[in-house]
Amino acid sequence: MPSLAGLFFWMNVKIENIKKLDVSEPLKLDCGKSISNFPLAYETYGKLNDNKDNAILVFHALTGDQFVTGINPITNKEGWWTTAVGPNKAIDTNKYFVICANVIGGCMGSLGPRNINPQTNKPYGLDFPVITIKDIVRAQESLLEHLGVKKLLCATGGSMGGMQLLQFCATFPDKAFSAIPIACSSSHSAQNIALNELARQAIMSDPVWDNGKYVFKNVQPKNGLAVARMVGHISYLSEKGMQEKFGRKLQEKANYEFSFNADFQVESYLRHQGYAFVERFDANSILYITRAMDYFDLSKQFNGGLVEAFKNQKTKFLVISFSSDWLYTTKENKDIVIALNASGADVSYSEIVTDKGHDSFLLDEPEFLKTLKGFIDSMYEKFKNEKRI
Amino acid sequence: MKSLKMKKEFKVIADLLPNHTRVLDVGCGDGSLMNFLKKEKNIKVRGLELNQDNVQQCIHKGLPVIQGNAETELHQFPDQSFDYVVLSQTLQAFYKPEEVLKNLLRIGKAVIVSIPNFGYWKVRIKLLFFGEMPVTKTLPNTWYNTPNLHMCTIKDLFNFCDEKDINIKKVVGVNENKTSLIKKNNLEIKNLFSKLGIFLIG
Repeated sequence: MPSLAGLFFWMNVKIENIKKLDVSEPLKLDCGKSISNFPLAYETYGKLNDNKDNAILVFHALTGDQFVTGINPITNKEGWWTTAVGPNKAIDTNKYFVICANVIGGCMGSLGPRNINPQTNKPYGLDFPVITIKDIVRAQESLLEHLGVKKLLCATGGSMGGMQLLQFCATFPDKAFSAIPIACSSSHSAQNIALNELARQAIMSDPVWDNGKYVFKNVQPKNGLAVARMVGHISYLSEKGMQEKFGRKLQEKANYEFSFNADFQVESYLRHQGYAFVERFDANSILYITRAMDYFDLSKQFNGGLVEAFKNQKTKFLVISFSSDWLYTTKENKDIVIALNASGADVSYSEIVTDKGHDSFLLDEPEFLKTLKGFIDSMYEKFKNEKRI
Repeated sequence: MKSLKMKKEFKVIADLLPNHTRVLDVGCGDGSLMNFLKKEKNIKVRGLELNQDNVQQCIHKGLPVIQGNAETELHQFPDQSFDYVVLSQTLQAFYKPEEVLKNLLRIGKAVIVSIPNFGYWKVRIKLLFFGEMPVTKTLPNTWYNTPNLHMCTIKDLFNFCDEKDINIKKVVGVNENKTSLIKKNNLEIKNLFSKLGIFLIG
């Protein structure tokens, strides 16, 4: 295995070669600071048709990136939503033009804390401004124009991607014909803030983190970051799913070792997930993006509450939740439906019954994928008709 | 239960609805009625349905549907948010039909409720002469597996509306392909010969 420094160097070289839009217009952030001339990394799949009515924008989740499907050229692993997006998949790239951008604050090519701060000529580290979901969404606006898309057939996203989507619909009420928020929330709950804080504390208590200055030294607080990832992985599963997957099974051994090595399969799984993650993600990015999630509160943004946020919506919504998701519960998703109903918006809702927890939206869940496909295909027919008229 | 719905029922419901209205179909099943109303009249429909397969079918047809239980989740719809609320042959299956009906009247400016008529003569004969719970086309289940908890007759629902001060705008009796207007003066006879009662109230 190459050294981490070497790995990051290699990744940085690769990241230079991915699609990027240089956003020249200054973007005033919620914190008061501005960014301008910043890179927004993105990827597209399929082809925009002549009528330009087949574009679908995907928003990625906390640790996702723009490489939705196929092989991620940076990690050489499968894209994070290959189960749902691709040729002949629920979101069929033979038919639709799929767009996804890396969030600002991230580490896959868009402006983030690892980028060079033009004022110091060093990586930003903690000098990177604290961003919000709204900033993340507004940073992506010019991409649609750049790609020649006036109105999206559909916008979708799960988890933090769903939160971006709700923000997108509230900020740009006429940009999407339809929208599918999946397993998300209109404001981060106390439990979710607490879990994010746990992840941040894990990173910040790693001495290598050094107030975010590790970036100058080309190292990574990998122990802290791995623990942060483990917290996440626990929250993505359900109690029942975890029990079924691991139970009390031991990891390649007949009996306890009477040590603190990974005796149990579940321990081994968490360690593996945790340490695999440090090879592809930046610790400071986790701090910034989880903060953006915690600050997300659509009701607070619109003084009149959530109903106000969705006022005058022309977008047709399908909200999807998963029965065993305890991170973004059915109740939180239903609150979105209730607000959309109260604002008079066109909304559908489906709760997929599954044991797989929050992770379900990334997995091969047939009922979920069928629902996704059914909605998008029927929306495409409607959108085409509407455009014709 | 839904598959046995009479086509005639859809037609009567469609005739009761003016064009360009907003309609909520509570217990919308696979969306057949919503589809019919959309095609027949220029109506903006929305469905509420509990069953996952049905919800998926509605979504495939491009019909807006919310998965949920009418007994517990009607609170999500604001007051008077629809012009009409339709409840087709489901009232008798609720634990608290009175509560549901109140909620429907809160959500809709008017409500269309259809019920399988327990006062239909064949039903009465079955009970009177055979001493058995009736099984008919409109009531296809047996006593132990029926979803129907609160069977009533057209006359019962008539009296209920009177007692609760619910304004009855129109009642239509359906028997196969024949429909007839039901009023106070023909209630007894229509209660005997209608398989289905369709009430426009509110």
